[in-house]
Amino acid sequence: MSVGLEHYLVLSAVLFSIGLYGVLAKRNAVVILMCIEIMLNAVNIALVAFSRYVVPMFLTGQIFAIFVIVVAAAEAAVGIAIIIAIYRSRESVDVDKFDLMKW
Amino acid sequence: MFDIVFWILAAVTVGAALAVVILRDVFRAALSLVLLFLTIAVIYITLYADFLAVAQILIYVGAISILIIVAIMLTREVWHGSPSGKLRIPALVVSLLLLGILVFTVVSTKWEMSGESPQQPTTAAIGSSLFGEGGFILPVEITAVLLLAAVLGAIVLIREK
Repeated sequence: MSVGLEHYLVLSAVLFSIGLYGVLAKRNAVVILMCIEIMLNAVNIALVAFSRYVVPMFLTGQIFAIFVIVVAAAEAAVGIAIIIAIYRSRESVDVDKFDLMKW
Repeated sequence: MFDIVFWILAAVTVGAALAVVILRDVFRAALSLVLLFLTIAVIYITLYADFLAVAQILIYVGAISILIIVAIMLTREVWHGSPSGKLRIPALVVSLLLLGILVFTVVSTKWEMSGESPQQPTTAAIGSSLFGEGGFILPVEITAVLLLAAVLGAIVLIREK
């Protein structure tokens, strides 16, 4: 069986699940941010695969992937700024100790 | 030939993603994340998305990985490693469940494939549909505002009081 749309979608699903496990299980905030980037990249693979196999004449999937990349860059900048701001006051990046919004 | 390339890429990508989650050393996890970004750029090339592959290398391999490594160095937590929390087993169950659902859905759906050959150099086509008549010019402008807001927000958050 030659490689087709299903293979790329299953690869994307595997990467998304690995990222989801990391986001839920890890305690280091920077590692959680890295796992979020894995999830966004998995979604991008699915979008580009749909663009290649379902509507090859239109590039809408690739354009959507470009917007996802831009939003991911903005998210990484703000997320790391938040982590460093919390690290300054708490001396830790352990999410179990981030209880600033707990009441 | 193409199949072999895809299987090698898929193996390296999944291995790098697993290394990000499993490795205890945060810095090594960040380096395997860079490997993951690079292999994903090659996967874009196998999907005939040349512009996106270059953008992936520029933005992810060039910028975001540096940002993450700087964050690791600024938050001197490297020797604590990346431990897993109390919710490790439930998280594993949830992600395996999601993986099962996604794979079942992908395999059992009858996808409507198009037999047309893809556009080969995509850069000009992407440019004209981003900035051209009836294209995505409004989302591009909104993205510019989003990036400005993100930069300002990062500066305000990180400024010394």
